[in-house]
Amino acid sequence: MPITNNRLTADQYAENFSDIHPPFETKDAALTEANRCLFCYDAPCMKSCPTSIDVPKFIKQITTDNVKGSAHTIFVSNILGAGCSRVCPVEKLCEGACVYNFMEEPPIQIARLQRYATEKAMESNWQLFDRKPSNGKKVAIVGAGPAGLSCAHVLARSGVEVTIYEKESKGGGLMTYGIAAYKVTPSFCEDEVNYILGVGGIQVRYNQTLGKDFTLSDLQQSYDAVYLGIGVGLARQLHIPGEQLNGVEDAITFIYNLRDKGFASVPVGDRIAVIGMGMTAIDAATQAKRLGAEKVIMVYRRTENEKPCTQEELDIALLDGCEVIWLAAPKEIIGENNQVTKLVCSKMTLGEPDASGRRSPVDTGETFTLDVDMVIKAAGQTPYTDIIQEANLLNQDGKVSVTQGAITNIPGVFAGGDCVNGGKEVVDAVQAGKDGASAILEFLKVS
Amino acid sequence: MADISSSFLGIQSPNPFWLASAPPTDKKINVLRAFEAGWGGVVWKTLGSQVKNVSSRYSAVNFGAKKMMGFNNIELISDRPLALNLKEISECVRLFPDRAMIVSLMADNNRKSWHELIKQVEDTGAHGFELNFGCPHGMTERGMGAAVGQDPEIARMVVEWVMEAATLPVITKLTPNVHSVVPTGKACVEAGSNGLSLINTIQSVTGIDLDTLVPNPYVDGKSVFGGYCGPAVKPIALKMLTTIAQNPVTSKVPVSGIGGVSTWKDAVEFMLLGASNVQVCTAAMNHGFRIVEDMCEGLNNWMDEKGFKKLEDFIGKSVDKITHWEDLDINYHHVANINQDKCIHCGLCYIACEDTSHQSINLAYGKPYNTYTIKEDECVGCNLCQLVCPVNECITMVEKRVAPEYLNWKEFQKRGLPLNDH
Repeated sequence: MPITNNRLTADQYAENFSDIHPPFETKDAALTEANRCLFCYDAPCMKSCPTSIDVPKFIKQITTDNVKGSAHTIFVSNILGAGCSRVCPVEKLCEGACVYNFMEEPPIQIARLQRYATEKAMESNWQLFDRKPSNGKKVAIVGAGPAGLSCAHVLARSGVEVTIYEKESKGGGLMTYGIAAYKVTPSFCEDEVNYILGVGGIQVRYNQTLGKDFTLSDLQQSYDAVYLGIGVGLARQLHIPGEQLNGVEDAITFIYNLRDKGFASVPVGDRIAVIGMGMTAIDAATQAKRLGAEKVIMVYRRTENEKPCTQEELDIALLDGCEVIWLAAPKEIIGENNQVTKLVCSKMTLGEPDASGRRSPVDTGETFTLDVDMVIKAAGQTPYTDIIQEANLLNQDGKVSVTQGAITNIPGVFAGGDCVNGGKEVVDAVQAGKDGASAILEFLKVS
Repeated sequence: MADISSSFLGIQSPNPFWLASAPPTDKKINVLRAFEAGWGGVVWKTLGSQVKNVSSRYSAVNFGAKKMMGFNNIELISDRPLALNLKEISECVRLFPDRAMIVSLMADNNRKSWHELIKQVEDTGAHGFELNFGCPHGMTERGMGAAVGQDPEIARMVVEWVMEAATLPVITKLTPNVHSVVPTGKACVEAGSNGLSLINTIQSVTGIDLDTLVPNPYVDGKSVFGGYCGPAVKPIALKMLTTIAQNPVTSKVPVSGIGGVSTWKDAVEFMLLGASNVQVCTAAMNHGFRIVEDMCEGLNNWMDEKGFKKLEDFIGKSVDKITHWEDLDINYHHVANINQDKCIHCGLCYIACEDTSHQSINLAYGKPYNTYTIKEDECVGCNLCQLVCPVNECITMVEKRVAPEYLNWKEFQKRGLPLNDH
């Protein structure tokens, strides 16, 4: 079968993309888990959360039948707490730090409890925050992703009038367009965005692209401050022969299409090579398999010890039947009739540690060839360097340089999230948005 | 294997575990199931004056994930015909001759009623009586139950009536709804009661429904005080038992211990404080009669490990270990020690000590794990950190005597030693 869409029945798609971490079915189930929590002091879980959610407090509040208070405790630190409960790599954050790990006992299911409280809040549309009266200040935010939404929510609560410019037709950023559908559905993301906007004082202008529909100086003229939460968007190129062949796609586009156009309309091949071993590579590989690809081979240039994804993520891929070839770097893509047929890989070995502290891959000179009809590139994303340079923003390799977490070299212009850090977790972007908001409030002298 | 058979006032049972007078002992079907499960004896649910029960009779106190930490009821004595109860008691005695059959009684408050009731029950083949002077609800308003047990002189009078008619051993069950169980216990023993049992249930309100604002148990928009029992009352029962075991009059008679006994360990504790056997209700109502299996096995294993061959070898062994505060050794001192290899860094010891005790735990911040160590010079040895620590044997209390010799409060005062020095 060539690269083709519509490989499965509607039921198969539904099953393959159903919730990978289902919520607690009942209040009793949530209570049983919540009651396990020891209510640690200066809790390691809280300290391991980039947004510092008071985890013991919100769990305790579930046990006392104060779910509304629990949701408030979560949202006050992380307004995307509902989405984060589904997408956070908790095994290396809160749950990874849970003291139960020292007892060789399963950690508290913090994410699932967080989902329990936040889902209830969203379903019931509990609006848990009051807006201060408008103080006449106006702030523009570019990007309705996690950083922009988080920043907007804090500003709106403080009485600022916020306008978000978003290049897509929906908010949520990578939550909406860049994460495996079995973690969050596009419709959930839409609900979450609407729930966040429910605080009031935030206007979103969709289909507005920076550099095309408006410029940074436009915003500087019309607003008291500007926050850039534009993320990273461009897939890193492999720079190898054959990259332009049909059947070579980047993971960002692949996942974007899958979420934007629906499962059945996304074509996949029979034998797919996925380049990379980050979270996005995993999301692309597992979803290619779940779309009906017969064979998915993940190719990574280092070993399992250096992999950027978590073990839990890798396990999802392995359980989905994806194969992994370690110490293999793509060297050339070969095609027939402009269509991918083979991927040639270099066999690598590990050398000295590089800047990341991980041992760097070194080419052994040997190669091997995989018969594939599709190659998905997930070798990382690059910043919007052009936009950033045009705006005269101080940057490092396209990543906006900031001080105090959010202040750029241009007075009144702030930035945060992936466009500053180069691409981290949703929860990191949420914190960046909070940091940006407090820097802006200080700049505007709003208390 | 130790011998766990019990003889209480000459009433034999294969183990010291009786079911208390309560709903589980109301009918033949329950009692036969209990005997089949292995219970050593039962105290049949109280017979006496004719009553009518309401629907909705029980409520509970849950604690965290644990249900029924405490339990209360507003049920009255048996609401079945006396003749039916008597017939079923006879049948149970005949089918299980090796088990103890005690019948709980609560007659109308006059000599004639008591004499008639005793006569009828003696014909069943039961082995003894337990006088219900403790029921805290429903019957008290009619001058029975706790209304008798709360007044030593009335209790004395009723026991005297009973002893005039009874040929079987008589146990008097005491109410805890008094400032001390000793006066009534003493009066009953002086009036001839052969044994005592305690405690009956404690008057209580278990909670309120925060939607309806009606306390539990809900009876058509109203509630009443119910009798509280279950694991929550055990410490109170043990204290009251100790006062009976330490009194020169009441300690002369055997005591059946009641109040939150759920496991063999609870039973051992009651027996160490002077109970010859124990009675169980709430634990069975929570889990069914099968709990007696582990009660027997656990008791047996513990006795083997401790080298006790029969129950009498350990009954009462802790009674003299509860003393007066002024006799405690002031020179005894211990301090907490945190085993860093076992510590899981939950900080519960720290925050408990820092907020509510003596600021004796040092915190060294780490990300994400803090390190907690004891400030030995500050530690008064209160035990709080050890109590809140979720890890077994992580925090231990290490003895550090102030001085080698025994020094009690009386002597301390006599010597004019410094006060308020911490």
